[in-house]
Amino acid sequence: MFKYYGKYAPYLFLLPAAIVLVIFFFIPFFQTFALSFMDYSNSIYNAGFAGFENYIKLFHSQVFYKVLLNTFIYLIVAVPILAIVPLFLAVLLNREIRGLTLYKILIYLPVIVSIVVAAIAFKWLYADEGILNFIVTTFGLSKIGWLTDPKWALYSVIIVTIWKGIGYYMMIYLAALMSVPKELYEACEIDGAGFFRKHLTVTIPHIMPTIALVTTISAISAMKVFAEIYVMTKGGPLNSSKTIVYYIYERAFENLDLGFASAMAVVLLVIVLALSLVNILFFEKNRYQI
Amino acid sequence: MRKIFKNLPIHLILIITSLLSVFPFIWLISTSLKGNSENIFAYPPTIIPTDFTWANYTGVWDKVNFIGYFLNSMIVAGGTVILNLILSSMAGYPLARMEFKGKKITFFAILATIMIPFQAIMLPVYLITLKLHLVDSVNNFAGYVGLIMPFAVSAFGIFLMRQAFLGIPKEMEEAAIVDGCNVFQIFTKVLLPMVKPSLAVLAIFTFIGSWGEFLWPSIVLTKDAMYTLPVGVNNLQGMFSSNWRFIAAGSILSTIPIIIFFLCMQKYFISGENEGAVKG
Repeated sequence: MFKYYGKYAPYLFLLPAAIVLVIFFFIPFFQTFALSFMDYSNSIYNAGFAGFENYIKLFHSQVFYKVLLNTFIYLIVAVPILAIVPLFLAVLLNREIRGLTLYKILIYLPVIVSIVVAAIAFKWLYADEGILNFIVTTFGLSKIGWLTDPKWALYSVIIVTIWKGIGYYMMIYLAALMSVPKELYEACEIDGAGFFRKHLTVTIPHIMPTIALVTTISAISAMKVFAEIYVMTKGGPLNSSKTIVYYIYERAFENLDLGFASAMAVVLLVIVLALSLVNILFFEKNRYQI
Repeated sequence: MRKIFKNLPIHLILIITSLLSVFPFIWLISTSLKGNSENIFAYPPTIIPTDFTWANYTGVWDKVNFIGYFLNSMIVAGGTVILNLILSSMAGYPLARMEFKGKKITFFAILATIMIPFQAIMLPVYLITLKLHLVDSVNNFAGYVGLIMPFAVSAFGIFLMRQAFLGIPKEMEEAAIVDGCNVFQIFTKVLLPMVKPSLAVLAIFTFIGSWGEFLWPSIVLTKDAMYTLPVGVNNLQGMFSSNWRFIAAGSILSTIPIIIFFLCMQKYFISGENEGAVKG
């Protein structure tokens, strides 16, 4: 086909998106690094050059390591559950039985609802005299300070993230399961393979790329958790539920220490970039080919 | 009959999962319908209110500007959707259909934005938004623009639209050229109508994302009158400190619009045919 468009047409079409991406992605990306070398601790209107001061402060801060540890716990608790449970549900739902749509709608519901409402709903379940503690006490155990006990707060928040994510990943798995050839299952059944055998030998190998995709997506979103913590615990008690993004928010917008917060943001950038690169290089190569 | 029996364990697991998914809302609804004479901390808890009342809903409705929050959310989500549709399809078109210098670099630059989480760059984004006077302390319109612009286009949308344009046969454009269309007419009259399904998917997922966004509005908004629903709902906690009946009623009220939207559009969410709509 001949070139029917003018020399400048491609650039004109790209221009509006490019302007937005430059102003709200690329400039802020580089500015994050620049800010992390600035000293805002005296006044946010009059920044001085700080050199590596913010990073030194960061790496000497007890809270920083606590926050990293919390984020790491978030990853190792939430990611495996979000990679496996939705797959299991998708396998159960991937068949033609009447009434399955209703299950899909109900399980997907938490994905649609605002995270703020979800966090409030769970805060109410977690209340000291709330329904969860009623269940706990009927089993003869003593009440749990779901959001007030440093031992429990982080896990209580993680439960909300998992609860809200299950339906989302389940739909990704369902889409992938549709591409598994039905004949393979039939062959399995003729061989007399049971439920687990069938899915271990056919389903899992077939949708391995999707499992990898879900793992990386859920890992990256676990790194970015904010609203649950803001609404439910504000990072407390005793920093026990503080994660990276909440810490950035707190240092920047409550303590107005933009330099320190930016150093923290650079740490977040590095971790997420590493996770994304792994994803794109190994799993999504084919998705973004020119 | 035998079939029902065989599927019983499956149904049982799915029923339990569904109940776990909706129970937090059911408990919230239950609390929101309990009158003042009923102890909401009663042991054992009751799901069906004994002192049934709508008073919490009317009470919270009178004290909180839900209509305002709803309109703000509509303006922001609507604006974000419209801009995403226009900017993503415009950018996706040359990336799918044209040869030009710098195509590869453009492609990878856009791809790179997928890897930059907003949370990591939000401080400079905030400073830039302040510098451009796109905040609600200037005026309401500026406030809306400031809420929308950082999310006006996404790599996800651009790639989704590019993929859609790639699927159109070249003959469509050739026929249009023969008919004397110029490049803008080809784009608006020939290509765009053919990618409507992708536009719908992009619109719906952008809408949901924008509607639930909490971090950015809670950073930039200063005026109560500009609050979007998530910010307004979070604010209920401060307004009614321990009045859980009101907080529950307000939370449920704020959720009704998106539930209606979801039920109307459910085929887009749960048909399982939107593999391309996976958002990272």
